[in-house]
Amino acid sequence: MAYEIQPDFGTPARDGAPVTLTIDGRAVTVPTGTSVMRAAAEIGGSIPKLCATDNVEAFGSCRMCLVEIEGARGLPASCTTPVAAGMVVKTQTPRLEKIRRGVMELYISDHPLDCLTCSANNDCELQDTAAQVGLRDVRYGYAGENHLGQAPDLSNPYFAFDASKCIVCSRCVRACEEVQGTFALTIEGRGFDSGVSAGAKGDDFLSSECVSCGACVQACPTAALNEKSVAEIGKPERAVVTTCAYCGVGCTFRAEMRGDQLVRMVPWKDGKANRGHSCVKGRFAWGYANHADRITKPMIREAITQPWREVSWDEAISFTAARLKAIKATHGARALGGITSSRCTNEEAFLVQKLVRGGFGSNNVDTCARVCHSPTGYGLKTTFGTSAGTQDFDSVEDSDVILLIGANPTDGHPVFASRMKKRLREGAKLIVIDPRRIDMVRSPHIEAAHHLALQPGTNVAVLSAIAHVIVTEGLADEAFIRERCDWDEYQDWARFVSDPHHSPETLEPVTRVPAGELRAAARLFATGGPGWASAQRNRPNGAIYYGLGVTEHSQGSSTVMAIANLAMATGNIGRRGVGVNPLRGQNNVQGACDMGSFPHELTGYRHISDAATRALFEADWGVTLDAEPGLRIPNMLDAAVDGSFRAIYIQGEDILQSDPNTHHVAAGLAAMDCVIVHDLFLNETANYAHVFLPGSTFLEKTGTFTNAERRIQMVRRVMDPANGYEDWQVTQLLARAMDLDWDYSDAGQIMDEIARLTPSFTGVSHARLDAEGSLQWPVNEAHPDGSPIMHVDGFVRGRGKFVVTEYIPTDERTGPRYPLLLTTGRILSQYNVGAQTRRTANSVWHAEDVLEIHPTDAENRGLSSGDWVKLASRAGETTLRALVTDRVAPGVVYTTFHHPDTQANVVTTENSDWATNCPEYKVTAVQVMPSNGPTAWQRDYEAQAQQARRIEAAE
Amino acid sequence: MNTTDHLIKMANQIAANLAAQGQEAAIRETAQHIIDFWDPRMKAGIAEADHTQLSEIARAAVGIVTAKA
Repeated sequence: MAYEIQPDFGTPARDGAPVTLTIDGRAVTVPTGTSVMRAAAEIGGSIPKLCATDNVEAFGSCRMCLVEIEGARGLPASCTTPVAAGMVVKTQTPRLEKIRRGVMELYISDHPLDCLTCSANNDCELQDTAAQVGLRDVRYGYAGENHLGQAPDLSNPYFAFDASKCIVCSRCVRACEEVQGTFALTIEGRGFDSGVSAGAKGDDFLSSECVSCGACVQACPTAALNEKSVAEIGKPERAVVTTCAYCGVGCTFRAEMRGDQLVRMVPWKDGKANRGHSCVKGRFAWGYANHADRITKPMIREAITQPWREVSWDEAISFTAARLKAIKATHGARALGGITSSRCTNEEAFLVQKLVRGGFGSNNVDTCARVCHSPTGYGLKTTFGTSAGTQDFDSVEDSDVILLIGANPTDGHPVFASRMKKRLREGAKLIVIDPRRIDMVRSPHIEAAHHLALQPGTNVAVLSAIAHVIVTEGLADEAFIRERCDWDEYQDWARFVSDPHHSPETLEPVTRVPAGELRAAARLFATGGPGWASAQRNRPNGAIYYGLGVTEHSQGSSTVMAIANLAMATGNIGRRGVGVNPLRGQNNVQGACDMGSFPHELTGYRHISDAATRALFEADWGVTLDAEPGLRIPNMLDAAVDGSFRAIYIQGEDILQSDPNTHHVAAGLAAMDCVIVHDLFLNETANYAHVFLPGSTFLEKTGTFTNAERRIQMVRRVMDPANGYEDWQVTQLLARAMDLDWDYSDAGQIMDEIARLTPSFTGVSHARLDAEGSLQWPVNEAHPDGSPIMHVDGFVRGRGKFVVTEYIPTDERTGPRYPLLLTTGRILSQYNVGAQTRRTANSVWHAEDVLEIHPTDAENRGLSSGDWVKLASRAGETTLRALVTDRVAPGVVYTTFHHPDTQANVVTTENSDWATNCPEYKVTAVQVMPSNGPTAWQRDYEAQAQQARRIEAAE
Repeated sequence: MNTTDHLIKMANQIAANLAAQGQEAAIRETAQHIIDFWDPRMKAGIAEADHTQLSEIARAAVGIVTAKA
């Protein structure tokens, strides 16, 4: 298909009752509230426009879209005029043409005529509109006062702003406000002097509040805001819809290609996860795919002290299979294991666990979710009966009160944050529970009603106190509970939380949340606050969104269950606007979990001890499966140190950097006989590997990702893999060398097998995804079209289960040696361990991890922003620079873990969630002191890494 | 922390978090949790560990796990 931009209907879609009108003699039926412009576009018409685009509301400033309406006075703008029944519209008449041509003439008199050399040539709405209105002459000449010849703002690494080409339609300003919700851009000046400005005078795009989401670039009708890659490479020639490989929002993009070169990623307007929006990572940070550090040839070595040796695929695979077989023969199947990737496709994760269970012969398979959302799986399965969030993202549009706990969506899930902010601007109330003052607490045009800045590690206590207020003040939705939940269990739970021990006043010394504030927040969540009145419902729609600040604690699973209890107690399950919504970290962490990546369960969360399920897989795969659960990642490392676990196949995961207590991870890896790393780069884990299998990027493979709303979407190959194979093909090579009779010729066959073996995926296939865009599981006989919202008519497990969750303080306590609590998080521009984003220009926003420390704590230690500080815990120590800020409370410090030279995980401990062993990243007792440079450990680590990364080229 | 100490800590942690269900249910659920989520060498490891370091609930639960193994 030749390159075409996505159709632009001029104004957003509406969903009112149908209205029929006549446009240029043709009848058209559209929803009430639709603009005349959109109605015309829907029957294939095209009213000239410049300031209208369907991502933002109509503005009515450019005067190009005037139409004649029978019986109406004057010439209304079609973008701001809603349709009416029986309306008769003419969009092309000599009178209109004359006016439009006159307006266009004025625009062009102040626009450079360098079309042939312009980066937007042939992809410019101004150019198209000039053609459309038949502009042939500019009678004013070009000599008068104008805006030409201004120096472009090149400060943003990904796009340029050229004010000379700006027509001041303010589409960018409105996109920044309405779509992104950052309000960085404005129109400065009046009349002839008006122009787009990125914030204050003297600010350029980089120094401004701009978060580089790209919404303005997408909205711009000219080359004023244009991707630098388009200027460098040229206009794309084709576009393929695919799914972003960054966070769990799962935005879909048009990968716009020229040959096998990616020109730009443009958010796909029909994508149901992102609705045409994007963030700086997905939109722009794809340069890592061709970074010089990328390894494209397989490598092996006998011992990790040796340099790598580049070899053929045949040699690498046979070397690996021989080692694995030898270890299995000597130490038994349970000495082998693997880690599936939350970054790879469902099909790839499925094959890795199939290889481990069916080929290696053990259940020692785990995935990155171990260290992020495993408590979500456990907690929601226990209470509701299924290991996933209950809503789709659209649901937030109907929320009245949003409870955000332990999540920082503007940084971690930015595209969803924009939708949440939009709902807040429409009037929904927000409660934030977070030790740190995140941007959702207060930023332009949004402000949380309550910010409960709790002491890290006291989530369960805070949620018990909220439940205490709701139950003791009679605010629980007993009708809902009697209908949907186990009433006896509810009464046990209600008795438990009603105990005075759980009152906000009693718990205040522990949580450090003022009791009055907590009571007000609890009342707001349950009742909508004083004066709540809605024609639609007597209780507000309360939605809970949470992230790793909930799960990565010694009571992560308890906190998830406490959240589920709260949702049930307030009747907030089973319809739009409500629900329990885990914001998933990685692109396919939901999918990796669904695909049987946990050591105790097969696909669709069926326990390995269930003989019937095992028999199904055994018959399909022709193997015998171990009935005992396998090792989880931290248990694998313990067993490795003990000598009973000796080989691991790690696909797309860097456990040395991402997992807690780096020293322990390193000791475990060093003790193994065969560490196989399958990745794009020589990551930190590869320093301890014997085999490196080069991986392929999401641009180089076909398969599916499943996002945080259980939405399965296609990932499509737009270029050939630089390493020669898609990742599932590499796993297949290894499986065949391990004597497994696999013969998949495309990823669609793998999905067919998943569907055949997994009741919640029965109706999923690549063909159906191609036709329908996406599907939310379960997709089966009971839910033929998928399930945007779960537990609608009842809980999956039958009746909702209230679980009593007692607050148990973590073992990690502050004391004289380690008086501060460290908590960790993310930043917008970097992703996870940074393997991808550090290899892009995103580092201009965040070049190193910094330690946020409160002014009081900084002053006590004589520290200023920018100083080197040593951060020490009982697990280890590292150095980084300080940032003095009151975003954190006194006694709390905060950092990110995006950079390997900081290695924040040297400091984190081996404490973990009681139910799932998810590490307690969010609470570490530390001391902070001035330092004059890297620690001995950092220097040793760097030396070891240098040594381990040596490569001898093939002869 | 060595593996055995780690297993003891894990068992005690599970027991402590389930204690609010009441003694009898907590023992039963702690045992079931270990059966459902621990690999055989972890189950063997806790069976052989020094049970005086286990809480009452954890000790009883480990007894059930060992008896079923």
